[in-house]
Amino acid sequence: MNTTITTSLFFATALTAPIAQADTLRLLTWGGYAPEEVIAKFEAETGHTVEVTTSNNEEMIAKLRATNGGGFDLAQPSQDRITSAQEEFGIYKPIDMSKVNAELFIPSMLDATAGNTTFDGEVYGLPHVWGTSGLVVNTAQAGDVQDYTDLCDASVAGKVSYRLKRPTLIGFAYSMGLDPFAAYNDTAKYQDILNQVEAKLTDCKPNVKTYWGGGDEIKNLLRSGEVVASMAWDTGGWQLNADNPDITFVAPASGALGWIDTFVLPARGRADDAAYDWINFVMRPDIAAMITNTAGNFTAAVDGDAGVSADLKARYQGSFDQSAIDNIKWYPPVPAGLETLEGATLDRINAAN
Amino acid sequence: MRSDTSKLGFYLLLAPILLWLVVLIILPHIGLFMVSISEKIGPREFETGFGNYATFFGEPLYWRTFARTAIMSILATALTLILGFPIAYYIAKLTRGRTKTTLFLMCMIPFWVSELVRTFGWMILLRETGVISNALQSLGLVSGPVELLYNDAAIMVGLVYTSILFMVVPLVTTLDSLDDSLIEAGYDLGGTSTSIMREIVIPHAMPGIVSGCIVVFMLSLGNYLTPILLGGKDSLWFTGMIYTQFITRFNWELGSALGFLLLALSSAIVFLGLKLSKQSLSDTMGRT
Repeated sequence: MNTTITTSLFFATALTAPIAQADTLRLLTWGGYAPEEVIAKFEAETGHTVEVTTSNNEEMIAKLRATNGGGFDLAQPSQDRITSAQEEFGIYKPIDMSKVNAELFIPSMLDATAGNTTFDGEVYGLPHVWGTSGLVVNTAQAGDVQDYTDLCDASVAGKVSYRLKRPTLIGFAYSMGLDPFAAYNDTAKYQDILNQVEAKLTDCKPNVKTYWGGGDEIKNLLRSGEVVASMAWDTGGWQLNADNPDITFVAPASGALGWIDTFVLPARGRADDAAYDWINFVMRPDIAAMITNTAGNFTAAVDGDAGVSADLKARYQGSFDQSAIDNIKWYPPVPAGLETLEGATLDRINAAN
Repeated sequence: MRSDTSKLGFYLLLAPILLWLVVLIILPHIGLFMVSISEKIGPREFETGFGNYATFFGEPLYWRTFARTAIMSILATALTLILGFPIAYYIAKLTRGRTKTTLFLMCMIPFWVSELVRTFGWMILLRETGVISNALQSLGLVSGPVELLYNDAAIMVGLVYTSILFMVVPLVTTLDSLDDSLIEAGYDLGGTSTSIMREIVIPHAMPGIVSGCIVVFMLSLGNYLTPILLGGKDSLWFTGMIYTQFITRFNWELGSALGFLLLALSSAIVFLGLKLSKQSLSDTMGRT
């Protein structure tokens, strides 16, 4: 009897082991987070193959919702969008910390993300890449733009662009002296803030050339000089700075908005081991530096900034002094249902004349 | 026995279209309808009702967007007809042989590339640092760069360009079938060019006009890329609204309801158009 079990176990392991090794990792991530050379190195080291789909926060959730959490083995939404999506749609599964090499992560960031992605007592997210959104400004032509509300100034009329998405609402609220994050759990108060921001953004609409949708679109608009001031991600500003020294990222006076993109496991992912292998691989300091050099954003890896190019470090330090870093407003988890209110506000701004 | 095999053949031939209809059209619509009648009352809690449809009529934003989309689509259809008719008439009646084929082909060539590429082409032409703006400046007609993109006129240009082929093709087919001797007889009987156009050509081309208009109207109404890319900040379009409900708002219930309303309301507009032009759908489709 015992021998049968042992033999069958032996065969089972013999059968499953090669399959486990040759897993295909279907990765749902942001552009730049899985550079070709990192994938090649990972495939050579582990034998897994990686299929990358690039996306954004909303599309990641929409894709996983459509399949009840299937179709992908690892996804990378921002940490503030995890608990509400889990509560509403149940599309993720908890992280098994025993399979993660926690020493690779900066402890404070690991703890903060764990705290922000805990739902029903289980942790769903690990931190990966962090960055901010603020202002990307052509300093030669719009040097006066220091805060989000300055985008509505007459001096830059017709040469301004921002996204019509929730970061814009939050950024404008802060620069109008309001505190939207403090009102996250008070629907009435949050609606009041949204109403004020809606009035401001509706007034500001004639100033806007167009609402941008993708990172390439805004970079094009800034590079051609059609837009001189915009609300955008820090990396976009630094990339443009390499081509045109006048354009750079400016941390707004009221505070840049800080986000952390995470690793989460989709509920019906089939290659968890490959996913954990990928996490432990990309958090290695040398790999993390490779990702920072392509994506432009820093990671939560210990010593991940050691191998980062000096240019990028200089640009980062040019945009952020210590007080600007201290002033970063980190997104807290979005409570379920809040996005419906924001959606209605954004629709009304879009429809306003 | 013989009838059995022919029956089998009939069903085999029917199977692909039946599969297409059931699997790709009817089933998804049933699913969409089920989603559209569930109202969200809390996380993962739903109840059945028509609240999402009520939202459309209760919130002016939605029906105004629909009205704007419909009116702009009707305008685009009219413009396409006005531009497409002379082209079709020229191809069908005033050219012969190789010229005719070449002209017809030239109408189609732009459609060999995808709609996205064509729309980006228009963006390159119309943008502030684009071809037209630079040409006007070098000719000395304007002093500074002009922005031609991101307004309703740009959307209209894009829509007409995208759909003109679908107007020209049915018109060429119907005008081709008009016997030239009828036009000559009209002149022999003392008709003027205008009266012949009004009494002979247009009545004969009516099925082509109507089917072209239906196709162009539905294409414009259901277009997503062109209004979003060319319209910029004023690009409010009903399909864009459905997209945001599904993708950025996670509100599939309202998105499905809006989708069904788009289907129902656009069908109603087409029905109304057929009634007003005194055409029937089967007549139109049968003759082209």
